[in-house]
Amino acid sequence: MNESSEHQVANAPASEATNEAMSEPTGKQRRDLAISDETVIEIIDMNKWYGEFHVLRDINLEVKRGERIVICGPSGSGKSTLIRCINRLEEHQKGRVIVDGIELTNDIKKIDEVRREVGMVFQHFNLFPHLTVLENCTLAPIWVRKMPRAEAEEIAMHYLERVKIPEQAGKYPGQLSGGQQQRVAIARSLCMNPRIMLFDEPTSALDPEMIKEVLEVMVDLAVEGMTMLVVTHEMGFARQVANRVIFMDEGQIVEQNDPETFFTNPQHDRTKLFLSQILH
Amino acid sequence: MSEAYVRKEFVPPEPPPVTSRGIIGWARENLFSNWWNTLLTFLGAYILYLMIAPLVRFALIDAVWTGSDRSACLGPEVGACWAMVKAKLGQYIYGRYPEAERWRVNLFFLSLLTMVPMLIPSVPGKKWNVLFVLVGLPLLSYFLLYGGAFGLEKVETSLWGGLLVTLVIAVTGILASLPLGVLLALGRRSAMPVVRTFSIAFIEFWRGVPLITVLFMSSVVFPLFLPEGVTFDKLLRALVGVAIFSAAYMAEVVRGGLQAIPKGQYEGAMALGLGYWQMMGLIILPQALKHVIPGIVNSFIALFKDTTLVLIIGLFDLLGIIQLSFTDPKWSTPVQAATGYLFAAIIFWMFCFGMSRYSMFMEKTLDTGHKR
Ligand SMILES: Nc1ncnc2c1ncn2[C@@H]1O[C@H](COP(=O)(O)OP(=O)(O)OP(=O)(O)O)[C@@H](O)[C@H]1O
Ligand SMILES: [Mg+2]
Repeated sequence: MNESSEHQVANAPASEATNEAMSEPTGKQRRDLAISDETVIEIIDMNKWYGEFHVLRDINLEVKRGERIVICGPSGSGKSTLIRCINRLEEHQKGRVIVDGIELTNDIKKIDEVRREVGMVFQHFNLFPHLTVLENCTLAPIWVRKMPRAEAEEIAMHYLERVKIPEQAGKYPGQLSGGQQQRVAIARSLCMNPRIMLFDEPTSALDPEMIKEVLEVMVDLAVEGMTMLVVTHEMGFARQVANRVIFMDEGQIVEQNDPETFFTNPQHDRTKLFLSQILH
Repeated sequence: MSEAYVRKEFVPPEPPPVTSRGIIGWARENLFSNWWNTLLTFLGAYILYLMIAPLVRFALIDAVWTGSDRSACLGPEVGACWAMVKAKLGQYIYGRYPEAERWRVNLFFLSLLTMVPMLIPSVPGKKWNVLFVLVGLPLLSYFLLYGGAFGLEKVETSLWGGLLVTLVIAVTGILASLPLGVLLALGRRSAMPVVRTFSIAFIEFWRGVPLITVLFMSSVVFPLFLPEGVTFDKLLRALVGVAIFSAAYMAEVVRGGLQAIPKGQYEGAMALGLGYWQMMGLIILPQALKHVIPGIVNSFIALFKDTTLVLIIGLFDLLGIIQLSFTDPKWSTPVQAATGYLFAAIIFWMFCFGMSRYSMFMEKTLDTGHKR
């Protein structure tokens, strides 16, 4: 972990508990990682309703290439809905969402174009149980990118090695542990060579000892400069890699700041309340 | 005998002692564990004996195997008249299909074997196999059986009968109902209102009428709507009726499978950028169909047995032709009908049991240890 942040965090309502998962800091100065000026995601005055229920209100968000954003907030505050609007798993009703220069509308071609460039990792992995780990990873490159099978398999093995489970390539997802499955899911996304990665509570369904192995993979990814939006309650992870933390409540972005300021000096009462609950 | 006894070959390890595991051990545990169970076991065995013994006596012990007419099968204690079945086997299989042309039917039966590699998961080249079975096989069968081209004499469908008709209807129904049913099931869950409404209306209409009615309508009502002079082959009409009818049922079976697929599978596929048909074809349907293999095969079995209903519109399937043969005075004996029905039952049972075993085999083969 960054030296200076360590000190600042020390007097925050931080806890060992959340840091435990991140027991092995890689020791790099992650916050200094270059962030380009190029905007990759632009959300302007976005609103979304589920019937009468106003789930997202006036969301404005700009993400630069290389940014690592952690989104937190109480259950039901709309975090999942927000990041799912970025690859159009959910449809917004008002405002604009522009991803990698492509505005998301009902145009299916545009949606598919965005989805090809945006990887997503889910809380419950969503691996395809009838395909082997390797087939899970090669499926989209072969069918979406029209890549020759041999090449796709080579790339898949490369990423499976990166998430440290190349030896499981021939198994079915049902034969793996939760942590292994989540790492396969990350590798599967990476095989499409995405420019942006979305994570929706990737560790919430995992046992504590597996959380670490998944977070390590995500830290590595961040170090390499991947643009990431991560919904998570792993505050240790947020401190270590995020360059911005966003707090949501009742469908609104209440507060956003760099992690030090966010954790040590929250501005809003709701943020303070949330932090006091989650960090104790 | 003077040679010393020396064992030359290696003796394989013996199975565990019969008493501890094996049949006897099992029986002791399950059938004779106390006096009450023992009593029930003996009672059950006695009831089974009462039912099976006469059948065995009729079908095997007292059966007549040779003979050239009814006189062989007359007598007080005569069992099944298999001599009659032997004599009439040609009719049972081919109906009134001209004898000189029956090789074409045999070839058709053989060509049905091209479905076998398609049904075994480990055989490669599925795409071409499926394409052939869905397109090539029907065309081939049509020209082979109906003729009228390639120098093959035309054989009107009114001459077809027996097992030939049963298999033509069953195979057509099976091959048509699965793809149609899948499309209807997808249509029923489609986001497009027109497609969804059409699918629901189609499925609910055809599920709401009995197959007999469908067949009657196809042969009696439907021609009324055709312009003068236009006729459709009766068999063809029955084929269409059966295919549509079973497609509607299949659609509901498949829909059940689709409902069992968690939303996350769709989202996982969509997030990777797969299009609708890719998502359905590669992710959703393989899992959904696997879930409902028993239901699908159940439909196939029902369809296979329902082919017998075509009798009422004047087509003679296996059962129909066997019943027809009861009017033949040459073999008129007291056991004539019983023999014929028993034979029909055996043939139908063989096909249906085969399908059922296949379903179990597939369930085992496709199991990937995912139990969620
Ligand atoms: N399909 C839906 N139909 C109606 N309401 C929905 C639907 N999906 C989500 N909601 C509601 O929208 C709100 C926001 O949901 P969302 O899943 O985005 O919350 P979240 O912040 O991710 O919460 P959690 O931490 O529990 O995952 C919740 O109140 C939820 O009940
Ligand atoms: Mg959520």
